[in-house]
Amino acid sequence: MQYEAPETTKAAVGLLAKAKGSAYVLAGGSDLLVRMKGGFVEPDLVVDIKRIKPMREIKKTASGFTIGAAVSCAEMNENKALIKAWPGVVEAAGLIGSKQVQSRCTVTGNLCNSSPAADSVPALVAAGAKAVIQGPRGKRKVAVEDIPVGPGRNSLKKGELIEAIELPARKGKSGDAYLRFIPRTEMDIAVVSAGVSLTLGDKGVIKDARVALGAVAPTVRLVKEAAKAIIGTKLDEAALEKLGKAASAACSPIDDKRGTIEFRTKVAAVLAKRAAQIAYKRAGGK
Amino acid sequence: MASESTTAHPFEDAPNHVTPTVIHDPILTKTDFKRVGTRPLRPDGLDKVTGRARYGADFNMPGQLVGLVLRSPHAHAKIKKIDTSKAEKLAGVKAVITFADMPDHTGGDQSMYDILENCMARGVAKYDGHAVAAVAAVDAATARAALKLIKVDYEVLKHVTDVDEAVKPGAPLVNPKNITEGVEPKPTKPSNIAKRTEFGHGDVDAGFKEADVIVTRSFRTEQTHQGYIEPHACVASVSPDGTGELWVCTQGHFVYRNHCAMLLGMDVSKLRVTSSEIGGGFGGKTHVWAEPVALALSRKANRPVKLTMTRDEVFRASGPTSATSIDVKIGAKKDGTIVAADATLRFTCGPYYGMWAELGAMTAFACYDLKNVRTVGYEVLVNRPKTAAYRAPSAPMAAFAVESVMDELAHKIGMNEVDFRIKNAAKQGTRASYGPVYGPIGIGATLEAAKKHPHMKAPLGKNQGRGMACGFWFNFGGQTCTDINIGPDGSVTLTVGTVDVGGSRASLALCVAEELGVPYEQVKCLVADTGTLGHNDMTDGSRGTFSSSMAGIFAARNAVTVLRERAAKMWEIPVDDVKWEDGHAKAVGSKYGNLAPLSIKEIAAAAGNTGGPIAGHSEIVADGAGVSFATHIADVEVDPETGRSKIVRYTVIQDAGKAVHPTYVEGQYQGGAAQGIGWALNEEYIYGKDGRLQNPGFLDYRIPVCSDLPMIDTQILEIPNPNHPYGVRGVGETSIVPPLAAIANAMSNAFGVRMTHVPMSPPRVLKALEAAKNG
Amino acid sequence: MAVLVSTTINGDNVEFACEPNESLLDVLRNRLGLSGAKEGCGTGDCGACSVQVDGRVVCSCLVLGVEAEGREIETVEGLAHGTELHPLQTKFLEHAALQCGVCTPGFLMAAKALLEKNPDPTEEEIRFGLAGNLCRCTGYDKIVRAVQDAAKVMRG
Repeated sequence: MQYEAPETTKAAVGLLAKAKGSAYVLAGGSDLLVRMKGGFVEPDLVVDIKRIKPMREIKKTASGFTIGAAVSCAEMNENKALIKAWPGVVEAAGLIGSKQVQSRCTVTGNLCNSSPAADSVPALVAAGAKAVIQGPRGKRKVAVEDIPVGPGRNSLKKGELIEAIELPARKGKSGDAYLRFIPRTEMDIAVVSAGVSLTLGDKGVIKDARVALGAVAPTVRLVKEAAKAIIGTKLDEAALEKLGKAASAACSPIDDKRGTIEFRTKVAAVLAKRAAQIAYKRAGGK
Repeated sequence: MASESTTAHPFEDAPNHVTPTVIHDPILTKTDFKRVGTRPLRPDGLDKVTGRARYGADFNMPGQLVGLVLRSPHAHAKIKKIDTSKAEKLAGVKAVITFADMPDHTGGDQSMYDILENCMARGVAKYDGHAVAAVAAVDAATARAALKLIKVDYEVLKHVTDVDEAVKPGAPLVNPKNITEGVEPKPTKPSNIAKRTEFGHGDVDAGFKEADVIVTRSFRTEQTHQGYIEPHACVASVSPDGTGELWVCTQGHFVYRNHCAMLLGMDVSKLRVTSSEIGGGFGGKTHVWAEPVALALSRKANRPVKLTMTRDEVFRASGPTSATSIDVKIGAKKDGTIVAADATLRFTCGPYYGMWAELGAMTAFACYDLKNVRTVGYEVLVNRPKTAAYRAPSAPMAAFAVESVMDELAHKIGMNEVDFRIKNAAKQGTRASYGPVYGPIGIGATLEAAKKHPHMKAPLGKNQGRGMACGFWFNFGGQTCTDINIGPDGSVTLTVGTVDVGGSRASLALCVAEELGVPYEQVKCLVADTGTLGHNDMTDGSRGTFSSSMAGIFAARNAVTVLRERAAKMWEIPVDDVKWEDGHAKAVGSKYGNLAPLSIKEIAAAAGNTGGPIAGHSEIVADGAGVSFATHIADVEVDPETGRSKIVRYTVIQDAGKAVHPTYVEGQYQGGAAQGIGWALNEEYIYGKDGRLQNPGFLDYRIPVCSDLPMIDTQILEIPNPNHPYGVRGVGETSIVPPLAAIANAMSNAFGVRMTHVPMSPPRVLKALEAAKNG
Repeated sequence: MAVLVSTTINGDNVEFACEPNESLLDVLRNRLGLSGAKEGCGTGDCGACSVQVDGRVVCSCLVLGVEAEGREIETVEGLAHGTELHPLQTKFLEHAALQCGVCTPGFLMAAKALLEKNPDPTEEEIRFGLAGNLCRCTGYDKIVRAVQDAAKVMRG
């Protein structure tokens, strides 16, 4: 195995594009090293992006936030402006693994790993986040929900890497929230999860919303029907009921060691409702 | 050699270990203590907070190779051929072994045969993770590469992993030669039931006819693992002259020595085993797994070999506890008197005979004074790893079933659940359901304490329920050998052979300091290797502190005899006129009025002129381990929409006999309760349809994390054990017994839902809640 | 092929050579004789291998040895100053916050990181702050109490 720690994105892309055999990007390593330890992958090349300075930064701009691909989730949780604008995204990032894992893991890695149960992804999808991709053919931006294409598979092409995640600027009365269900209080992979982002119009009526569910399908699912259920409402009982039904209806989960189809389908509704309530409150709704 | 009688299985003769609660000849001699009952720092503590302590994997030998094991990916498969030729040719590979490199015990001692076959499959792989070959190479990368070059030709066989499926007619046979023992007439056809055992007395059927209320229920518990944080690790070195050394994390290095020597055809005296610091065992390090393999590799390579299991290997190929299926029926009169109790218990053993259902059958009703009682146990073979002991092995599952029915019965006859248990509690003179008559015991006292405990009256919040349950464990005694050596400066070395799993060196030093009348700091307690002390049984059955303190006290008494003799010599007076008091020799009576007392230091300094080194020894079978009882109280909060449970308050009340070091006794209570809570809520082995373990790691085998638990209150009761000089009982295991039922009872009290399947994981709880809601 | 790495461990400059795919934990234990960090799982689920890298607590099993280049690493072996124990070490001993002790080095490193960030944590903050460290012996009760007491001492 060859290990490289380039200092520019260009160099990283060059290494990945040229690589013969299997090449992996190393950010936090909390997925890659586990897979290496288990013998599931044997990389020929590992490109550590943590020495690429721009990738270590969270930038606040007029159009929102740019979170470098090598920014750890712990660092996200120390950025007050980011927490204020996107509390749900930061909470989701903060739920990945332990404090030890937090010191290293990144939302970009979480996204690229493409687990349907990835904690940060439903929150990013609900937030309308975009991935900034650099590759041999230059830069492109795609919606984060288009990165994972199946469990463990992403849409990045050879030589490409994600340089940063962009979150839009927060306007008006907005709020987001993420909840996951795990049997313990920490250290588990989400059995089912929900991210909700919403913006209020006049008199606390929801004018815009996005709802995403995790661990209920091969990839994190953006559920438009669930958003529709609450847009134009003040999140009253009837709207919540409709939201829950839409969330459950969007589930096509599997039975596995972490949960059953029945359980995931039911709890998806519970979490979507609860996350919506938190997001609504954060947006200033009463 | 194989037929010689070394206990093959740590619990093989448990029924003999566990009977003597009757007071034959009380030896309790002390109830007033100066040092015992205090809370000094442990002698091994500093090394453990500085990273200096050496555990299994922290030791290396010069020229050491790395050993790795190839394991079966199949739950059940015939091994048609193993081709190791390519691996052997790889540069850096020094040895490759399969069963062909191990002695064949066919026709010899069956238990030895089974142990070795479990360490290295012979012809058939019997579970996912069963070892089929092993390599030793110059480094880990080479060893890994070598494993990939070993070609095993398997013929996959039908498997069975589920306890209830395994006992059905027509189930795939785990061992086609297995004929059920304990059934008359002897069955002619093989089955997966290895043995049937029955305990009890009275006439159960007649008893049920007297009952006003009868509750019958069936329960299931899933397989759990001890979950020690330190994986098994050892370094083995065998020379061509037949001598060997083994450094290993184990609960019993003497038993490991005996087993390894017998398995590999070595002389016991030529294999020296040193126990490392042990990173948790809880019963799981009472059986050999990788050690015979490491020794065989070393013997073939003529180099030391270090073999460390990965976490995946620990889950797949060490010894978890049984999965069980239990039916319980209890009948009572309206006044709360139990008239009959009956239980049938089916426990998985893995592919080899064990006595797990038997222990369950013995413990099930041990808390109660019953006229008519019967328990029947079935040992069930399945394609899972060989079952090993796990803290009060088999008792938690039996208690889950019995204590759940006890609560239900109490409610049906309109009695408070504590009062119902008090009314039926066993007491001194009760004939236990498993045979013996109890001496002084603590079940009644723990129940009375629970009734009075502030926890019982504390208000409950929304979606919260409170439950309680009782637990029993035998405690073992066993073979024990200790030395006391007085140094020339009067300091004391206490050498024991029971591995210290949680602070016993402090407790043992306290007992010896008490007996000698010297400060705790003057006694240094060491765990000896097998070359320097006589045989000791394992640290299991809660026997470590019980048995080694007994032997330590006896050794101290022997040393005191020598000290008195030496003082008599120094004073030139008869030894009968010398007494031992407060760490000094004192002349008795007024005729030697002017003689100043002699300290140990003074006597030791003169030893060269009075007869040589001063020592005391003791070799005993520590009979009379007092049985142990506990009552637990649990407050549980359940999220009714997700089925997720949280323990919000927990109290352990247990009899310690005499708490030698109360802080460590509390620690045992808390640790056992935490393991029981994990078992109750989330821990389970999950097998796929292919018979492979799906969750062999700490990510999905979910032991409690810090944020899952509340503080765990403890109350230590002290009802002295008449069969120990200081009244000590074993305290290590009982606390894992009640939590399963206490939590199930709390859920029942909160929601009216009776959980009969452990773990009570969120999907199971949610399903039960919804079923109750929908009628 | 082995890579040469220069780093700082417990304040000392250290150079070592390791394979690029070797974990920092393996480097510490097998190449540098620092066996205080333990491998309980190798997958970041138990925390027994916790060390600090540039002031943040990490699982050293999930860090490559080569990543240590130019970083500052602290292990349990560097916790005491000479014969003077860190307050966490003292309090773990006093409260009997260890039974087998194999998780202890990891707990100490995680607790140190926690208290450096939050000198006066609530019980809940301690419990969540240490949730990445598994202990199977104690039920965590005495560990939490030891950390509470150490925090008090460290606040002065």
